[in-house]
Amino acid sequence: MFDYETLRILWWALMGVLLIAFALTDGYDLGVAALLPFVAKTDAERRLVINSVGPTWEGNQVWFILGGGAIFAAWPFVYAVSFSGFYLAMFVVLASLILRPVGFKYRSKRPDAAWRSRWDWALFVDGFVPALVFGVAVGNVLTGAPFRLDSDLRAFFDGSFLGLFTPFTLLCGLLSVAMLVLHGSAWLAIKIERGVVHDRAKRFGTVAGLLSVALFAAGWIFVAFTDIGFRIVGDVDPFGPSNPLRTTSEIAAGAWLNNYAIHPWMRVAPVLGFGGALLALVGIHRRWEAAAFTGSSASAIGIIATVGLSMFPYILPSSIDMHSSLTVWNASSTPKTLGIMLFVTAVFLPIIIAYTAWAYRVMWGRVTTHAVATNPDFY
Amino acid sequence: MDLAVIDLSRLQFALTALYHFLFVPLTLGLSMMLVIMESVYVMTNRPIWRVITRFWGRIFAINFVLGVATGLTMEFQFGTNWSYFSHYVGDIFGAPLAIEGLMAFFLEATFVGIMFFGWDRLSKLGHLIVTFLVALGTNLSALWILVANGWMQNPVGAAFNPETMRMEVTDFGAVLFNPIAQAKFVHTVSAGYVCAAVVVLGISAFWLLRGRYMAVARRSMTVAAAFGLAASLSVVILGDESGYALTDNQKMKLAAIEAAWHTAPAPAGLTLFGIPDVAARETRYEVQVPWVLGLIATRSLDGTVTGMSELVLQAQERITSGVVAYDAVERLKADPANLVQRARFEAHKRDLGYALLLKAHVADPRTASPQLIATTAWDVVPNVPLMFWSFRIMAAIGFAMIALFGAAFVLTSLRLHMQTRWFLKVAVIAIPLPWIAIELGWMLAEVGRQPWAIEGVLPTFLAASSLTRGALWTTIIGFTGLYGTLAVIEVRLILQTIRKGPFEHDEDPAPAPADIPALPAAA
Repeated sequence: MFDYETLRILWWALMGVLLIAFALTDGYDLGVAALLPFVAKTDAERRLVINSVGPTWEGNQVWFILGGGAIFAAWPFVYAVSFSGFYLAMFVVLASLILRPVGFKYRSKRPDAAWRSRWDWALFVDGFVPALVFGVAVGNVLTGAPFRLDSDLRAFFDGSFLGLFTPFTLLCGLLSVAMLVLHGSAWLAIKIERGVVHDRAKRFGTVAGLLSVALFAAGWIFVAFTDIGFRIVGDVDPFGPSNPLRTTSEIAAGAWLNNYAIHPWMRVAPVLGFGGALLALVGIHRRWEAAAFTGSSASAIGIIATVGLSMFPYILPSSIDMHSSLTVWNASSTPKTLGIMLFVTAVFLPIIIAYTAWAYRVMWGRVTTHAVATNPDFY
Repeated sequence: MDLAVIDLSRLQFALTALYHFLFVPLTLGLSMMLVIMESVYVMTNRPIWRVITRFWGRIFAINFVLGVATGLTMEFQFGTNWSYFSHYVGDIFGAPLAIEGLMAFFLEATFVGIMFFGWDRLSKLGHLIVTFLVALGTNLSALWILVANGWMQNPVGAAFNPETMRMEVTDFGAVLFNPIAQAKFVHTVSAGYVCAAVVVLGISAFWLLRGRYMAVARRSMTVAAAFGLAASLSVVILGDESGYALTDNQKMKLAAIEAAWHTAPAPAGLTLFGIPDVAARETRYEVQVPWVLGLIATRSLDGTVTGMSELVLQAQERITSGVVAYDAVERLKADPANLVQRARFEAHKRDLGYALLLKAHVADPRTASPQLIATTAWDVVPNVPLMFWSFRIMAAIGFAMIALFGAAFVLTSLRLHMQTRWFLKVAVIAIPLPWIAIELGWMLAEVGRQPWAIEGVLPTFLAASSLTRGALWTTIIGFTGLYGTLAVIEVRLILQTIRKGPFEHDEDPAPAPADIPALPAAA
């Protein structure tokens, strides 16, 4: 139905859609968890916050799992190289996320304060740490990861865990935290009753919104003025077999901004990143809570899309070997697998969106202290 | 290639997968039992069945979260620890995993929240449908992961492409309708149902012994008895056996399970007992039932069950042939357009994986001597004593489960289950048995596939990521510590929930001693 080039572009776009869907849904769960110990002090307050995401976070998390599965199916090289290359970082993320279902479910099973306080901090960790590490990982994708492929296409790595943390990648990590905390506080603003927790959430949201704008701008300056960026040397064959050894790259400072000159429409993404954060800030201040959540969503879409569009056609460049970088044209599955998976996705994604919307509708309305105190089914 | 890294990678996969599968069977089975219990509530409208459903729902919830949490590790572990595997077969293997996410995970995860939070927000029928969708999602996820695992056991519908140095899909339908995947699905899901039925039976028996929560316990036991009997029969009768004779590796598995060192004259006898001696390649003190194995494995009186020595000879031929394919691939790397090499590759590509076995002993398989090929062929034999004993314990438990549920079904039908104390005690003691059988079943499936990660295609020692020992030890210790802590917490919470009983959050609809006649056994 589609040719190989089109399928690759569609799956590159779908990978972006999945990451954005993850940020938009589970992103606020992570932001809310990171905010938990700070916006809510008493047990009743904390239960208010936890139950604002309690019924729906589990479905949201599947965007992350599906992201893993879809990258495996459509971009096996990316799945293989990135997760083994960022091995310990991935372990830290998994260990944090493992605490989350347990934290939500087990916290409420015992009334004593020490037990609950321990789970509250576990929930903080499982919100803050993945948000930070995801950002740091994206930073490392932008600067290139230290891997090379041999003639069997087996990947080898030169990096270390601590080597992942450079000023630029930390900046990306903090941007990710700020973006998701903004989104989390915007969620709390629409989802919990007005009161002291609501007010605190808005204060944290303001700080996170300002930081988002500042860090996004700082990231832009880094990309424009330091030696970050790669460029393909010679011709590429968008229909060629997926073998990264056939592509030659070179380091090209500032190359991540080239796409915006060639395709001006792509500037929509960074504009959305800044504009969304500003809308969220205005919304928080004017008590336009729906606008605040729309703004924080738009900002997350814009920031993530900016990364993807800046790097196109690169997906994961290598910083140490100019014949190993993974691009849209050399790292995909076969057209057959991409086509089958596109069909399956086209069938199931609308169904998923429909029943997810229904689930949100069933749980519609602000969570109140009264409901949390009286309903035994709440966490 | 650092062999310690391979061993540590395997250790971590074994630990995390076996741990994950402590929770999955209960999720699979209990979700179905919740559908049954809630259906009875919706049909009879009796509040006691709401209490029953909600109580087992709480047990389900505590168990479910750990299944989800440890499942996260599994979804990413192919990439983190088995990256060459991921590259080599991602074109085929990734698809069922992604479809699992689209078709199953979203379903169960989205509706599980509504199942727990939606009791007051939905109609009775609406809530039952939600519970059903959770069960459907859970069971569909088992289907897709077993399609993936079945392909590792029987890699159909795919071929190696020298241009991309990986396996690529040729026939997705064959992957989907892989007979081994289907047999595995039925077997695994039924085992999960048995596990849940044993848990419900055992906890109910515990309460009946103590004379507590009788109204909930005896009804729960009725459901468990019928459900468990059907499931335990299904595990054994529709079990894995249908897939055995299909491939060389499955034949090897069967031979190893039977410790059949040589092909026996048809129809082969079934070895009940013996002591496999790996060094001497023979089995001592063998006790055999004549004819039975031949009948089970070949469904005939004249079919032979191939022994390990004969299978090793076949492997030796395939290694020799595979070296030709390997040589052609190496030449095609330098000159992809070489038609002569292309033809050589096509003629021998079926055996390419066997040449890779030599990489455990020499860097370049093309330099291997005939002598080395002959000894390497013995690498295709898995750990025989482990296979032999795992199977026997698993099968014994399987038959014990049929006996347990047969007794339970008779007793509940005769309304004798509340006073037959010996039976109630046995039911409590039986609680750990399904887990032992299930974990042994996975050992059989995965250890039995060795030395292959993908049967005949990619040896396990080539499949791992290029990691350091330090990184692996860090994560093994980390996962063990985390999982260990969570296991302790989980068991405590389940015991606490059982102790607090079904009326912790729900009113007892009949607070007087339960003297209402029991429901029909068909419930």
